[in-house]
Amino acid sequence: MSDRAGAPGRPAGAHPLQDIRRIFAIWIALSIVGDLIFWFVAGPHVPPGDMTSSASGAQFDFNVLFMVALPVILGVWTYMGYAVLMWRASRPGVPDPVGGPRARSNLKVQLWWIVLTTITVLGMFIFGTVELIVPAGAGGAEGPNPIWTPTSKTILPVQVIAQQWKFTYRYPTFGGMETNTLVIPDNTTIAFHVTSLDVIHSFWAYQLGVKIDANPGVDDIGYTTTNQLGRFSVRCNELCGIWHGAMWDFGKVVTKSQFMRWGEATERAHADNTKYLPPFAWTYVPTANTTTGVTVANTSGQAPFSKVQKYGATTSAKKTLKNVVTATSTITTGGSTG
Amino acid sequence: MLGLFAVVAFLVVWTAMSFVATEPATVSFIKGHSPGAPVHLVAQTDGAVGTGAHPTWVSYQVETPQSRKWVHTTLWQLPANTRIDVTIYQFDSGSPLRNQQWGRVTGTIGNSATITGTTFQVVNSYQHTVGHTFTVPTLGINVPLRGVDTSKKGFCTSGPCNPKTQLHHTVTFSFKTPKLPGNYRFQCFIPCGAGHYAGNGGPMQTLGYMGGFLEVQA
Repeated sequence: MSDRAGAPGRPAGAHPLQDIRRIFAIWIALSIVGDLIFWFVAGPHVPPGDMTSSASGAQFDFNVLFMVALPVILGVWTYMGYAVLMWRASRPGVPDPVGGPRARSNLKVQLWWIVLTTITVLGMFIFGTVELIVPAGAGGAEGPNPIWTPTSKTILPVQVIAQQWKFTYRYPTFGGMETNTLVIPDNTTIAFHVTSLDVIHSFWAYQLGVKIDANPGVDDIGYTTTNQLGRFSVRCNELCGIWHGAMWDFGKVVTKSQFMRWGEATERAHADNTKYLPPFAWTYVPTANTTTGVTVANTSGQAPFSKVQKYGATTSAKKTLKNVVTATSTITTGGSTG
Repeated sequence: MLGLFAVVAFLVVWTAMSFVATEPATVSFIKGHSPGAPVHLVAQTDGAVGTGAHPTWVSYQVETPQSRKWVHTTLWQLPANTRIDVTIYQFDSGSPLRNQQWGRVTGTIGNSATITGTTFQVVNSYQHTVGHTFTVPTLGINVPLRGVDTSKKGFCTSGPCNPKTQLHHTVTFSFKTPKLPGNYRFQCFIPCGAGHYAGNGGPMQTLGYMGGFLEVQA
């Protein structure tokens, strides 16, 4: 079979590799331009942004995966477009397609296809897997005994307590105070200790790139490091009842000095209620699920925060630490059933 | 076949109409309200509402501003950017809060409330017990409503209860509605849905009982 007759759609006199070279050149040019435009124009705006290490990590991962995927789809589109333009039946000089060995298969092309797609998919799989765990768990939940931990020597522990249908936050290094709003400092590594008092929830601080399941009786830990001031949204990401959709609020990343002022002022302002809270613990145990639901601290064998989780620790917080370590798992209750 | 279709169609329409028909009424505090004047909202929390599809469920009832009748609903229409003076007659018994955080008064004018004339900012729910909380999460409002002692005489077993003759706590507080019109959800943060999973089913998540909306209108 001659080139003229055997290469479907090729105009008379064209070199057999000419089409492939053209397609390849167009594809390379489009891919480079497309990837560069995406990286520099769209990339910085890809959610969840770069408010924290985990958010910027997620943004980087998305951008990299998109830049790998873009040439693939451009390759398909380039081939299709070239075929439509150059090999259409109505184009003068294009012969009808014919069969033959070269139309049936091409081992070389098939091998290249398998090798390239395998490398691409495996590469993305390895990249994605590594990025899921670095740095320090990438803002995901690691359970009560994290494997991937941050290197920072001062970590701010923040306990997230989920309850139908609101998140509240306890700061063990600020006397164990509990607040309705989440405030964290800039340029600081945060250890989120997430638990629930009733059903399963999920703490999703979107712009922080943090998503951690909230399970009753479990201290689910995730880390991130803030690197930008601003407001972020918090929402529950686990269907938790009829008002699940209303379980959201906003948090703030403020400067370290603002955070310390806020923390100390809030600790003082909340002292009248903090003294009635159960002693700080990583999990709490409602003794019943109905109107007799007394919640007690589950302090079995757990220090309230590790040596590195001491950011902002005040005198009262140190006292709390001492108290909690020695506390029993019960508190005095004067209540009756409702 | 046509008969089966008719039966299915009837069931679908009947189910849809049942949902529509069971939506609680809306009590308006806007009709007749003079702009700028405070709104007086009077409600009660009953251990058993005594009426409707679930007479044994805990519930709010609210007094209409015009006829002073108790209405079983939690859809309260309020004017925007207006001071709301609230009086709640709390007739229900109490227990410790699942999260003592809700024992703190927030979001009201002065971040305080009164119980039988005495101002308070925090309720130690382990000591005094809390029957319910009036909490509007998006407005940051939370007021714990202390539980009554069921061993005392005059405990109300079925609503609407009478604040003149039956055992209760009178809790008052004021807050300002936001300038932005909208539906602001309120709920109770003590798991008072006895017999339901986690105590938060049944009346806790049903409009007209312990869940509702402040329908703020311009």
